[in-house]
Amino acid sequence: MSNNTSRRTGLSYADILVGSLMVAIVYFVITWATHAHSYRPETGGISLSYARLPLYALYSWLRMFAAYIISLFFTFGYSYLAAYNKRAEKILIPLLDILQSIPVLSFLPVVLLAFIALFPESRIGVNLASILLIFTGQVWNMVFGLYNGLITIPSDLKESARSLNLSAWQRFRLLELPYSMVGLVWNSMMSWAGGWFFLMAAEMFSLGNHNYQLQGLGSYLQTAANQGNWAKEIWGLVVLILVIVAMDQIVWRPLLAWADKFKMKFVEGSSSVPRSAVLMLLRRSLLVGWLGQHVFSPLTEWSDHFFSRTVPSIHKVPAVSTLGGIIRALLLTFSLFAVFMAWQGSVHLMSQWNGFQILTVLMAVGATLTRVLLSLLISVIWTVPAGVFIGLHPKWAQPLTPLTQIAASVPATALFPGLVALLIGLRGGLETASVLLMVLGTQWYILFNVIAGASAIPEDLREAATMFGLKGWHAWKNLILPAIYPYLITGLITASGGAWNASIVAEYVSFHNHTYTTFGVGSLIAQSSQKGQFSLLLLATASLAVIVVLINRFIWRSLYNRASKRYSF
Amino acid sequence: MAHIPPYEETDRLIRLLGVTKTYTQPGKYDIRILDDITLDIHSGEFVALLGPSGSGKSTLLRIITGLSRPSYGTVLYRGHPVTGPNPQAAMVFQSFALYPWLTILQNVELGLVAKGEARSLRREKSLKLVDLIGLSGYEDAFPKELSGGMRQRVGFARALAVDPELLCMDEPFSALDFLTAENLRSELLDLWLESKIPTRAILLVTHGIEEAVFMADRIIILSKNPARITADLSVPLPYPRNRKSQEFIDLVDSVYKIVTGRNDEQEALPPKTGDELNAPRDRVRLAPIPYGHVSMVSGLLELVADRGNRDDLYRLGSELFLEVDDLLPVTETAELFHLAEVKEGDLTLTGLGQQFADADVSERKRIIREQLKDVPLFNLIERVLRNKTNHAMPKEFFNDILEEHFSVAEAERQLTTAINWGRFAELFHYDPDSELVYLSPDQKTPDENGSDSYKKSE
Repeated sequence: MSNNTSRRTGLSYADILVGSLMVAIVYFVITWATHAHSYRPETGGISLSYARLPLYALYSWLRMFAAYIISLFFTFGYSYLAAYNKRAEKILIPLLDILQSIPVLSFLPVVLLAFIALFPESRIGVNLASILLIFTGQVWNMVFGLYNGLITIPSDLKESARSLNLSAWQRFRLLELPYSMVGLVWNSMMSWAGGWFFLMAAEMFSLGNHNYQLQGLGSYLQTAANQGNWAKEIWGLVVLILVIVAMDQIVWRPLLAWADKFKMKFVEGSSSVPRSAVLMLLRRSLLVGWLGQHVFSPLTEWSDHFFSRTVPSIHKVPAVSTLGGIIRALLLTFSLFAVFMAWQGSVHLMSQWNGFQILTVLMAVGATLTRVLLSLLISVIWTVPAGVFIGLHPKWAQPLTPLTQIAASVPATALFPGLVALLIGLRGGLETASVLLMVLGTQWYILFNVIAGASAIPEDLREAATMFGLKGWHAWKNLILPAIYPYLITGLITASGGAWNASIVAEYVSFHNHTYTTFGVGSLIAQSSQKGQFSLLLLATASLAVIVVLINRFIWRSLYNRASKRYSF
Repeated sequence: MAHIPPYEETDRLIRLLGVTKTYTQPGKYDIRILDDITLDIHSGEFVALLGPSGSGKSTLLRIITGLSRPSYGTVLYRGHPVTGPNPQAAMVFQSFALYPWLTILQNVELGLVAKGEARSLRREKSLKLVDLIGLSGYEDAFPKELSGGMRQRVGFARALAVDPELLCMDEPFSALDFLTAENLRSELLDLWLESKIPTRAILLVTHGIEEAVFMADRIIILSKNPARITADLSVPLPYPRNRKSQEFIDLVDSVYKIVTGRNDEQEALPPKTGDELNAPRDRVRLAPIPYGHVSMVSGLLELVADRGNRDDLYRLGSELFLEVDDLLPVTETAELFHLAEVKEGDLTLTGLGQQFADADVSERKRIIREQLKDVPLFNLIERVLRNKTNHAMPKEFFNDILEEHFSVAEAERQLTTAINWGRFAELFHYDPDSELVYLSPDQKTPDENGSDSYKKSE
């Protein structure tokens, strides 16, 4: 889930402040979870009948949609605050940076427990928990996309908006939203892909002998795998792929083609303008034209008029009202008090830590880290040669690209139940399955980036290499590897985020009413939350977050900065 | 004098009183870019603000339109203080600043949308302007489908759509090719002179001397670091002006002398009065180095040497298609190295300059190396590198020092130029990977370079 747009390395005071805030929040969630009285297992039976599949697909899609709508609103609020309030920016951006590096799935057990405590006796809790998880999985890159859009608006466009006296609302609809549109659409696409990944894992989860399941594609797949019903498993996958491909064709492609007009390029006639037949159809349809004329355009007039009265203009200096001051002071006091309480509670939990626990957690993090690295290594070994080949041979790229795109669109977590069913009988089966799952989840990021890098090698450099007779290893060392290096790093950063997330689901698996675990931080978190060992849970969660953030900051970011400076054309 | 007649206020559109702008750098000294500008602009005037790039003339324009606020001083528009973007002023940008997702017509309408005018009225007005500015037929096109000149026409139409009293233009022709710019200039002059537009005054920011003399009836010349008004001339030539006429050439030449002459004066006596006010007394001022490239200096000197070691700057500039803005850093660099002198708009080679023009590359490197010893910035770099045991220093170190004297962008430019010169003169090395400035073994002892003057100065 990492986003390469932020290039900060190292730590600052803001990070420490934000880190302690996070511990406080985690503490609150955990204490909430502690008060969960006898949670009722939700065993709304999953029927494997084919007739139920469309309905399940719809349920899953609705959960995704709900989470996406929430993400969208959150995105606008958060990025506006971060982009236009200097003081808020100092906290919000490091917070965002940390939030998007943390593997969300590790919080699944905790969040699940907390929501069941909130809505005992009903299915709402589990539904909300899954929506919240999808939301946390998809929101951060959208926020980063919009924030980056807002802060990179060229100053001459901003100045012209001001000198023409556009109102705040008009600036939003005429400048800020259009300028950020391309990034917003791309990030929404990525978010949906990430959302499917989490949804498949979040629809059915077991803690000990309690099963929580929601009617949906994810639990359908898992149930089918549990029963060893391979025909149903494959049909479930087919429906999932159909839904994803349909979304792509009906929603994302037209949106991308439409968003192309918001690009800031001023040169006409580049060949790679995205096209969409659906969009063309819409644009030429008389109905849409009529709607634009008679609904949309009066609506914008009305909104201009309406918001010019309600939304204050940005450059008006707001009067310092005493009421506002009091409210702000109250809010500040309240939040300080809450943080203090939480800290006190966490310190109490921390006092229960002992050397053995700390050692266990460190080793668990190390074990998971090893799996992550192993999966990255496997992915690199096959994707780099394949990606370079595809990138350098456009003829092959043509038929292969749609195939790889479809393959990549299948969320790895959807394949996982099947994988487990196949491998669990073997010795070290879950070990293998978990690494395989991570490879499945990560390889595509690397492959697509390598293809992009290889196809971006300038023709003249390739010709020069041919002229000087650079072949084999020499060509790789002097031309290909340096050229794809920044792309490879970008791919690896995204991939490692995915690998961490996958590792968490992979370490704690329920199959045939039996729980299989392998040693790692993910299984540690699941077990400790289930057994109510909250000090261990806090320790494991916090160390996981810290390790991931540290690795991102000190290794990936500096590699990326160096790559983009040194090896870019 | 007893009472002020009301029409006098209406005649004076803009009044600037002691306008000063400083940029505060956190933890660093303030950088002053505009210094005590006092100025009136009246109805009916076409004023050109002329100054070298980085002189703060664009900042001044933004303060006049209310886009930016002065740190000290007051801006009055028709007697009222300007506190936000002035609705009576419209702006034309160097980069056009069109919204690429809006059609030409929508772009032109933008200011009217902001005013909340009804759709039908908006359409009528903007169609009329599109027609006036010569864009009929392109109403539904997107900006990216138009050429640069057409885009700037949209920029003009958008600014004129709100019927501004004051039209402000920030180098509106510099992004256009020569012919397009010339065409647009005369069309704008036509609109203005024949009163086809309700504009009361035009303010043009430019670094082109010819452009200013060709278009404006009043030229205000600004100096650099910080910007002050050095001259306020009226242009008495009748329109349409002929670039080939003797009066035109004479006027351009005299403006050239003012623009280049100011620099002699600055170098002759180090600025004391203005700067001691805002700088602490113990702070030694690091003189900025001009960012001329050594190869440009070499080329210019060779050319002038071929012409008898002396040439007219204005003629040189127009022959080389260099604006005074591009030529000045090169001549300033030549002056800094004592290779040439600029006086009365003429460039004369010194003895060293003639020697330089004849020399081969290694001899040239030696001469520059010698001259750099007298430049404070290079003294500093050398001293630091020699005193360090490993003879290496991160680039940020020098950057931090420079940022106490210059703005962040200027500090970066200063250091980039310094590294370029230092590499050419083989005075020190720079490794972009580690961002270290360092001395190679043969550079560590000053004697081996055969530089006695360095020893003397120590």
